[in-house]
Amino acid sequence: MAEKVGCFICTGCSIGDALDVDKLIEAANETSPAVVKTHPALCQDEGLAIINSEIESNALEAISIAACSGRDKTAAFSALPNVFVERASLREGVVWTHEAGDEDTQMLGEDVVRMSLGKLKFASLPQAQPVEVNNRVMVIGGGVSGMSAALGAASVGKKVLLVEKEATLGGFAQHLHKIYPKDLALEAYPEPDVAGLIDQVGAEDNITVYTGAEVGRIEGAPAQFDVTINQGAEKINSLIDSVVLAAGWQPYDATKLEHLGYGKSPDVVTNVDFEKLVKENDGQIKRPSDGKSVESVLFVQCAGSRDDDHLPYCSNVCCAASLKQASYVKEHNPEAAAYIVYKDIRATGHYEEVYKRVQQLGTVFIKGEIESIEPNGDKGAVIEATDTLMNEQVFIEADMVVLATGMVPTTLDTDVLNLTYRLGPELPEREYGFPNSHFVCFPYETQRTGIYAAGAVRMPMDLASCVDDGTGAATKAVQAIDLISEGKATLPRVGDFSIPDFALQRCTQCKRCTEECPFGALDEDEKGTPKPNPTRCRRCGVCMGACPERIVTFDNYNVQMLSQAVKSVFVPDEFEEKPRVLAFACENDAVAAMDMAAHNGLKLNPFVRIIPMRCLGSFNIVWVADALSNGIDGIMLMGCKFGDDYQCHFIKGSELANTRMGNVQDTLDRLMLESERLRLEQVSITDYDKLPKIFDDFLEKLDELGPNPYKE
Amino acid sequence: MNTSSHSSVLVVGGGMAGVTAAVESAELGREVFLLEKTPSLGGRVSGMRHYFPKLCPPYCGLEINYRRIKENPRITTLTSAEVTHIEGTAGDYKVTVKIAPRFVKENLCDPITPFAELDATVKDPFNYGMCNKKAVQVPHELAFPYAPVVDPTALNDATTKAAIESLPGVDLKQEPKEMTLKVGSIIWATGWAPYDAGKVSYLKYDQYPDVIANVEMERLAATNGPTGGKLVRPSDGRETKRVAFVQCAGSRDDNHLPYCSAVCCMASLKQATYVREAYEDAEVWVFYIDIRANRYESFYRRLQDDEKIHFVKGKPGNIEQDASTGDLIVLCEDGEGGSISRVAVDLVVLATGMVPETAVNKVPFDGLTYDEFGFLVADPQKAAIFPAGCVKRPQDVAASVQDATGTSLKATRS
Repeated sequence: MAEKVGCFICTGCSIGDALDVDKLIEAANETSPAVVKTHPALCQDEGLAIINSEIESNALEAISIAACSGRDKTAAFSALPNVFVERASLREGVVWTHEAGDEDTQMLGEDVVRMSLGKLKFASLPQAQPVEVNNRVMVIGGGVSGMSAALGAASVGKKVLLVEKEATLGGFAQHLHKIYPKDLALEAYPEPDVAGLIDQVGAEDNITVYTGAEVGRIEGAPAQFDVTINQGAEKINSLIDSVVLAAGWQPYDATKLEHLGYGKSPDVVTNVDFEKLVKENDGQIKRPSDGKSVESVLFVQCAGSRDDDHLPYCSNVCCAASLKQASYVKEHNPEAAAYIVYKDIRATGHYEEVYKRVQQLGTVFIKGEIESIEPNGDKGAVIEATDTLMNEQVFIEADMVVLATGMVPTTLDTDVLNLTYRLGPELPEREYGFPNSHFVCFPYETQRTGIYAAGAVRMPMDLASCVDDGTGAATKAVQAIDLISEGKATLPRVGDFSIPDFALQRCTQCKRCTEECPFGALDEDEKGTPKPNPTRCRRCGVCMGACPERIVTFDNYNVQMLSQAVKSVFVPDEFEEKPRVLAFACENDAVAAMDMAAHNGLKLNPFVRIIPMRCLGSFNIVWVADALSNGIDGIMLMGCKFGDDYQCHFIKGSELANTRMGNVQDTLDRLMLESERLRLEQVSITDYDKLPKIFDDFLEKLDELGPNPYKE
Repeated sequence: MNTSSHSSVLVVGGGMAGVTAAVESAELGREVFLLEKTPSLGGRVSGMRHYFPKLCPPYCGLEINYRRIKENPRITTLTSAEVTHIEGTAGDYKVTVKIAPRFVKENLCDPITPFAELDATVKDPFNYGMCNKKAVQVPHELAFPYAPVVDPTALNDATTKAAIESLPGVDLKQEPKEMTLKVGSIIWATGWAPYDAGKVSYLKYDQYPDVIANVEMERLAATNGPTGGKLVRPSDGRETKRVAFVQCAGSRDDNHLPYCSAVCCMASLKQATYVREAYEDAEVWVFYIDIRANRYESFYRRLQDDEKIHFVKGKPGNIEQDASTGDLIVLCEDGEGGSISRVAVDLVVLATGMVPETAVNKVPFDGLTYDEFGFLVADPQKAAIFPAGCVKRPQDVAASVQDATGTSLKATRS
């Protein structure tokens, strides 16, 4: 709660020309702030000096800067000391998007000032709450991704617990005969450097390796995870801060590929089997059925991949793997025949060079579909395929068939993390069971703070990418420790000090907050009362929006602040025919779009008042009641696209808001108040050109409905 | 632990990889200098309408990252800045940086109004020269910093120069500045340029205005592009209801770029959705060698299910024009039908590949390794100068971000 507030109104950037500043000051004075000042350029040295001296002389706790958009001039206004700053957008939000000198523009400007000051009453500056950390990361999985993550975290001084379920480190890569070419060193495929990585891990004092071990349980929250590692009969307990999940992948179950001959002949093997076979015989390739030195091998690409009956996705590495294995065949015997039956050869990037070389070795590529693979008597196989380029059937006898089977994340049907979270023991799964964040810009945008997936458990990837990905996840695991130790949030609200406070004495155990938190931050006691875990929290405010009792509060963002903003809107009586609309808008996308509209000189409807939101998921339905009882005619929510291709960086904020709004609409219908007064628009950051119509259409609808009957 | 004499990190290149490397390094506790050659951050992605596979705007993620920059005092952003010289060793580099003048007064309050009345325009490089822009303006809607700049090419004309000089807020007396940075490690993320489609002569890029490159297609479809997002032919403004995409235009080709650029298949599939979304009856042809949709198979499948999108296996051999209609005729042997197809379209989009910036502009430091195509090879034994993003290998945005995130840790520990 801020007792002493100030209001600073900038008259520069045409604000003073377009608006009657005296009336803005009057509007500000309605709430009797300690100080109201104007200046023609608040962002410049003189303006800043005035703000600073007023803060000091009046011991201001919170101020409103009514000037440009809060997205601009952040450097100038963020240097203000120990005071809560609210930015009221007079420039973009009022004068650049509305007619200068117009009565409605003036009323909007006054409301913008009032709303910002209304908020201040209930705002305070959050204080950093440092957390004592252990500086320990647990890495699950001792393959290439896991070892890279462990080495990365250790290199900046973190202690690492590296947990591997097999008896040795090395993961899948240790079973390879050779790995893929690095960069362009294609003359010979280099031997896997798994041994080198294992040596480095062994030589690193900061890493403790647990082989033959699994994670029994992870309790608690980032910086306070209490983990149990089961190593044989022994149970090891440790306090750790963050986790890298690098549990790797499993080959797709080839027993499901009987239509491709698997199980019918020992000479039909998977790419994983083939790799081991070549390695065991040191490059010599012997037919499993009789040990004959092979003279022909046929590779079947997408064996169970890109196939709705099996794995609908592409495993990304099988093409390059088969190219490599075809070269094994040629190395084993240059006269031996290698065939590759494929849909597309996905030798992306530099792998194209490998493709070219394997073509030059005389490998036969057949674009087409396998019709049948049958044992050729008791040895080898006969393959019938449709060659779609030649448009003909081909019959090939081969000593061996290698099925290029795809990758399945280890976590698909095995619990690895064993979290004791209310929302489940593992990372939430996305498409096809991978715990991929699914975001292009933030591949490590995890739904469980402090826990980062890396390597093939995150998405199918090659070894070079596993090194990068393990290191990338280590970056995030290290940052999580450092940020949390200072009391700061992690991505996307990096650095935010605010932490939600739960007034639990008023909790009715409805469980909405625990169920809806996208990050599983809340556990529950036996009665169903939420148990907050601040270090899991990402500060989106979904819990605050969910709570019907309004017990969730951030110092600098809370239900009362926004309620007060809603109540601060001056609503003319119905005879003035000036409807009022509130638009609750995602601050990252919808608000930025409004700024872009302003920069492009687009005009927006003057009856709309914008309320920026951390995330639409923090929308609390009490604001609907506040708005309607204040005579507001319509309420619009402007948030990110939801559904399969959701764009919300808090995962499902706009979707939750939509559900809540649906519930309110039902209530409105029961009260004989038109539910069309509420509308949700999915607006992306580049939809600025659509905003004028979005608002006008809504106002048109409200015009049809007539004024809010609760209007005075 | 960082034991070097300087723990700060220099990130060169303000595109997606560089911005990521900068914020990730800063959030690892390092002081960061982020250098960008052009007047604003964002790089190639800021010119794209959507990312695949979510079809979401790049501005959204950039906005989050810019906020991370604004709120992190450890990051110093220098735009219009280039590295001219590097000397020293890991942990102790001295970097000379040259900063071009913006010719606009610093800390200008209002970035727009003072230049609103200016009539003079110049070709807009952000829109690949497909339209003009004001000679003084903020580079684009989500430019960071959001600050105007005088395009120096406008100053060649005396009348224009005088008009610009008379504007309040303009200061043509500004001189280039030089500064020296002392840093412990360097992340080189100068990105890529599209391969010059004109070099693939049989695809007639230089001959027909309606043969465009994929990067230009992004601008054509963008709300803030030359047509406001309306898909029309550059030649006459007619709606582009029939569009051909030519994959591997100069890629996987020993005469041009022998490698695969890893993103062009998905870029074209994404752009096919622009066309289909723009006009209900639009028809699309994709001429390809292999569709490399690796991580985004479901996206490809959705397009295969669209009967208005035709996938033709084959490499077009020629593009002709029907003089009467202005239509372009794509000639291609259909690999799977055997026949020669002649497809008449309104617009041909060439899926041109990526040329690493380091193929042209090397790091001004001796002894670094580049592969035969000019990609910078990481060699921590030699120098604490790390490639990130598309100077390292052709990769999509998700992979670049992944790469840059890990590279920040490598640069921190070195």
